[in-house]
Amino acid sequence: MKNPFDNLDKILEHRLRLRIVSVLVANESYDFNALKELLDTTDGNLATHLKALEREKYLSVNKTFVERKPNTRYKITERGRSAFKKHLDAMEELIRQQRK
Amino acid sequence: MSQNESYQKDLESIRQLMERSVKFLSLSGLSGILAGVYALAGALVAYIQVQYPLSPLDYRQQSMRDWDVVIQLLGIALAVLALSLVTGYIMANRKAKKQGVQVWNTTSKRLVINLAIPLITGAFFILILLWNGHYGVAAPACLIFYGLALLNASANLFDEIRYLGYSEIVLGLVSAMLPGYGLFFWAAGFGVLHILYGALMYKKYDG
Repeated sequence: MKNPFDNLDKILEHRLRLRIVSVLVANESYDFNALKELLDTTDGNLATHLKALEREKYLSVNKTFVERKPNTRYKITERGRSAFKKHLDAMEELIRQQRK
Repeated sequence: MSQNESYQKDLESIRQLMERSVKFLSLSGLSGILAGVYALAGALVAYIQVQYPLSPLDYRQQSMRDWDVVIQLLGIALAVLALSLVTGYIMANRKAKKQGVQVWNTTSKRLVINLAIPLITGAFFILILLWNGHYGVAAPACLIFYGLALLNASANLFDEIRYLGYSEIVLGLVSAMLPGYGLFFWAAGFGVLHILYGALMYKKYDG
């Protein structure tokens, strides 16, 4: 039988990345500042992990200006959504197995 | 802490985070109760001005023949609406401060848009109905569009709001079958239902 640990997503094993992706899965899109407030993190930390997720094509980025201030919105991609689902399924599977 | 517990805690925190990112949790149940009280007071004023001394349960065909009455009723309804919105905002602001969050955030903006589209559509529709003399369907249309607005925004609100939306729609449809009882149903939908659901939410979330 396949080891369920293998099904965990390497990218999403990082806590903040998993939290970012879960917010984007639940919402059509979310902007940088709202994410920062919700996740209670710093600009630099959030930007680093958003970049990492963008590199993996887990999310798409849309930069616009709102009242002359830059506004960056993030959206989950299909790839990101299925990775999230797989990761959560793997976590649940691990919990079930260890309960036995 | 075992690995198992840590995964379980992660899953739980993700679930909460997803809910918090979508739902506007600063809405106060107490403001729902107050909105209901305003609506009942408004209905009472309307009853005294328009229908008294007829019993509120008497069937009335075409009691609103002149524009003065329509304008009076519109004024009362708008006053109730404005008072309810101001109360809702003040109490949500207070609750948000207690929760340590901003009242005006991504979620509440989305909530306002989701509510506003059916409500503004309904408002224009009702004004057109009134303009064309279809007074009897104004109250049912208020209830139905309000119910649809709540359903449209229910993803951003507490789960109870969805059932409040369904209740308003059903009440609106029943009211449409009994056009003479508009004021009675209006008081039931905007007064009694708000007090009931407001109390339910107050008990559950405002403790």
